[in-house]
Amino acid sequence: MKRFYVMLVGLALLGAGALYLASRDRTVPGTVEGPMPAVPGDGFGGYVMGSDSAPVEVVEYSDFECPFCARFANLQMPAVRRQLIETGLVRWRFRDFPLPGHQYSRYAAHAAQCAGEQNRFWEMHDALFADHSWAQTGKNPRGLFNSMAQRVGLDMGAYAACMAANRYAARIEASRLEGEARGVGGTPTFFVNGQPFRANPTSDAFKALADSLTGR
Amino acid sequence: MRHRQAIAVLALGGFFVSLYLWLWKIGKLGTLQCGSGGCERVQTSAYADFLGLPVALHGVVGYAALLVVALVGLQPRFLGQRTPTLVLAALASVGLLFSAYLTWLEFAVIHAWCRWCLGSAAIIVVIWATALIGLRRRPD
Repeated sequence: MKRFYVMLVGLALLGAGALYLASRDRTVPGTVEGPMPAVPGDGFGGYVMGSDSAPVEVVEYSDFECPFCARFANLQMPAVRRQLIETGLVRWRFRDFPLPGHQYSRYAAHAAQCAGEQNRFWEMHDALFADHSWAQTGKNPRGLFNSMAQRVGLDMGAYAACMAANRYAARIEASRLEGEARGVGGTPTFFVNGQPFRANPTSDAFKALADSLTGR
Repeated sequence: MRHRQAIAVLALGGFFVSLYLWLWKIGKLGTLQCGSGGCERVQTSAYADFLGLPVALHGVVGYAALLVVALVGLQPRFLGQRTPTLVLAALASVGLLFSAYLTWLEFAVIHAWCRWCLGSAAIIVVIWATALIGLRRRPD
């Protein structure tokens, strides 16, 4: 009997040790170490919101883990959408610019791209920024992102397959390289009709610039 | 006595398998070691929750219950009693039916195989068979 308990305790220690080792593996798709894909993406120009015929285009280089990007998305973007995008004045283009110091940026960008595959990019974009606690805790956000994906109505099988395949890693890296080539050094960085936007990024500032560009 | 010991060991194995899947589900672990990619597909499907809780958590609780009952049944005052074996058989039967349902979902609905889930299903089948053998035997 004593041998049985010794074996049981040994098994328990073995299981606990294995779980401990697994918990130390913090890698998730999109955060893998090593060289990034050398392929120049798939020519994708970023998700766009607004009319094709809008006279002003704003390109935003953003990082889902960046607190300033979250603040902009949560505080300024609703007014930008209402006043500028929905009125047909501005077309908004989102480009990924995951910063190297952010552990889960690429993973979040990838989650948004996988949502985009199901025509839910902006819904996932909003969810990732709205509940930004994951960016502060440093904990693996996989479970939280899965809940968000479920909440925005994704086909979870297709989402999981997309995430597991790391399908859009090259696209995200191509976007970052594009930003780097344009001189993006931090996030969020904006370009309005191709020109760097250096003012404090508020909805009012974008409106004033868009109005001046269109002669309103 | 032997069948209770066997069930305790198997339940401990099942407990760790379920715990692994549950910890992954709640984001405490990194990559799910699966090999096929089917585990993630199954674990993030709409069927990965049951009664508002992750299926893996049901597994954690179920295997913990089997382990506790088996260990209690190994205590001298319960060794000669049939009740622990009956409880083990009842718990294992519920687990077996639940596992059969989940395996059917993987096969017919989700169209993906989660190796850890299949491992858990195999464990509960062996536990159930062991409990039945224990029921047929005279008390130790």
